[in-house]
Amino acid sequence: MTHSRHPPALPRRRQLLAGAAGVVAGVVLRPASAAAGDLAVAVSAHTQGAPVRAGKVKLDVAELVDNGNVVPITITVDSPMTAADHVKSIAVFNEKNPQRDVARFMLGPRAGKASVGTRIRLATSQQLVAVAQMSDGSWWSHTVNVIVTLAACIEGDT
Amino acid sequence: MARTLINAPASARRGEVVEIRATIGHPMETGFRAGEDGKVLPRNIIQTFSCRYNGELVFSAELFSAVSANPYIAFHTVATDSGTLVLSWEGDNGFSQTESLQLTVTA
Repeated sequence: MTHSRHPPALPRRRQLLAGAAGVVAGVVLRPASAAAGDLAVAVSAHTQGAPVRAGKVKLDVAELVDNGNVVPITITVDSPMTAADHVKSIAVFNEKNPQRDVARFMLGPRAGKASVGTRIRLATSQQLVAVAQMSDGSWWSHTVNVIVTLAACIEGDT
Repeated sequence: MARTLINAPASARRGEVVEIRATIGHPMETGFRAGEDGKVLPRNIIQTFSCRYNGELVFSAELFSAVSANPYIAFHTVATDSGTLVLSWEGDNGFSQTESLQLTVTA
């Protein structure tokens, strides 16, 4: 007799679980994979499709960031910086800010040392990539993961 | 005129690599943030930075919204001859500022 009290339209537990799983997958997986793809697309657009190898570049940033509004970064490239062999440009890209570009630096043999520093904003925990182009046309990169506890631009991140 | 803070040596030996650190007061409004009225605040950032050493471009940078307010840029250059380093910032709404500093090169 107790069973008859339940309204007939109540969905079964399995249906509920299946529905919830679908929602979770949709919310969590889709933006993550899209963002990771965006990062690769931004880097390949910058290099115009040229192959990028890991190495030579060192992107120095704290692994655990307290304040996403001001994140000091330093990019150093292993290069003698002579007229024959120098770094032409260094670009930094992020994975999950509203915009993939962070900054681009143009260097030359007059720079003397391939090391630049700046302070950036990070909207959330994400990957950062520094890409450097050498005078011989080769591209090198360094990818790091950063964890951000207090994010920049929370109000715009809906 | 925005306030700037430039840290560079006044003199260096010929061939020495000197570090130049420059900060400029600027809000670097991203263009993605909403204001108090709920409307998105228009973007207002510094887009380019350059350093000329006796007229020759030695370093330049392109900045985007992800650069923090009061942008700080540190870079290096080789001391070749005594002369002037001209740092210039340009950005949205016709923002433009130039600062120059003297570098004395000893043999």
